[in-house]
Amino acid sequence: MLDPGTVGLVSAVFVASAVECVEASTIVLAMGMTRGWKSTVVGSVLALLALAVMVAVAGVSLRNAISQSLLQLIIGTLLVIFGLQWLRKAILRASGWKAKHDEESVFRQEQEEARKAGHLMRGGLDWFAFVVSFKGVFLEGLEVVFIVITFGLSASLKNPQSMSIAAAGAAAALMVVLIVAVIAHRPLSAVPENWLKMAVGLLLCTFGTFWACEGLGYFSGGAESLEWPGGDWALLGVLASWILVSYLCVNMLRRLHAARVAAEVADGGQR
Amino acid sequence: MRYLAGFLRFWYDFLVGDSWEVCVGVVIVLACGAASAHWQIVGGRAIGPLVGLGLVIVVLISFLTAARGGGRH
Repeated sequence: MLDPGTVGLVSAVFVASAVECVEASTIVLAMGMTRGWKSTVVGSVLALLALAVMVAVAGVSLRNAISQSLLQLIIGTLLVIFGLQWLRKAILRASGWKAKHDEESVFRQEQEEARKAGHLMRGGLDWFAFVVSFKGVFLEGLEVVFIVITFGLSASLKNPQSMSIAAAGAAAALMVVLIVAVIAHRPLSAVPENWLKMAVGLLLCTFGTFWACEGLGYFSGGAESLEWPGGDWALLGVLASWILVSYLCVNMLRRLHAARVAAEVADGGQR
Repeated sequence: MRYLAGFLRFWYDFLVGDSWEVCVGVVIVLACGAASAHWQIVGGRAIGPLVGLGLVIVVLISFLTAARGGGRH
């Protein structure tokens, strides 16, 4: 049960889901505390149901539609592209090139917009709170759905339970964030979001690289998946390599950023 | 038409985001890997590590581009 693939699957889905749940909870809290909870909760629950249906429908149909190596190639490619976007942003933030995501500021901005908006009622619901909550939860959740489907599908080639395991990992993260948000009753700004995003980016890049390369076997004569040296254990090597590259990049970009700031200060002093 | 444009825009933002060079770089590296697998330019087990190396180069290029642009990417 606890092979490297399953551990990686649960960790990646749990952390990715937790990060997105924190961002969605900021929007939901801002709406609930400003406009009332009924419409906010209805919007959020409907969004969660829509996401669950997407996982069920897309997961089953894609699994039956294409060959193993082609599925690995498509999913691996999407995961690498998606993972590199997460990793890249996290590294730029960690090295000072990009501003960090500020949940308190997002919360204040959402509350300000909620106060200014009019009070249109539809079907007994405050339409603004309903729509904003639905969109917030749905759009943040879409990234989790993408990760659950891609991870679950690829891992299900070796373990048929993987889709359920991935969905359970996402649901567990949702429950944890929900409980903490209800207890704290304020945006979860203390969560080290950037480091979590970096961890997710690393896992997405690791599995994406691994599966995409296996899937390249689709283009070889027998369309069989390619083998990595060491089989599944190569995953650990790929992960270690991405961690090392990220560490070196953060250090290199920090130095470049410090040099740039020093040059700007010197420029300012000369004027 | 407006909905189709919005749909395509959403998926572009979702996958490509603000660094198109990462997306293009990954596709080029994997296309090279596919060509290598098809014409058996290198052994099957060497393709993974080589493609991984290619992806690292893509990341480095994207960081240098971002640093040159002042982190706006």
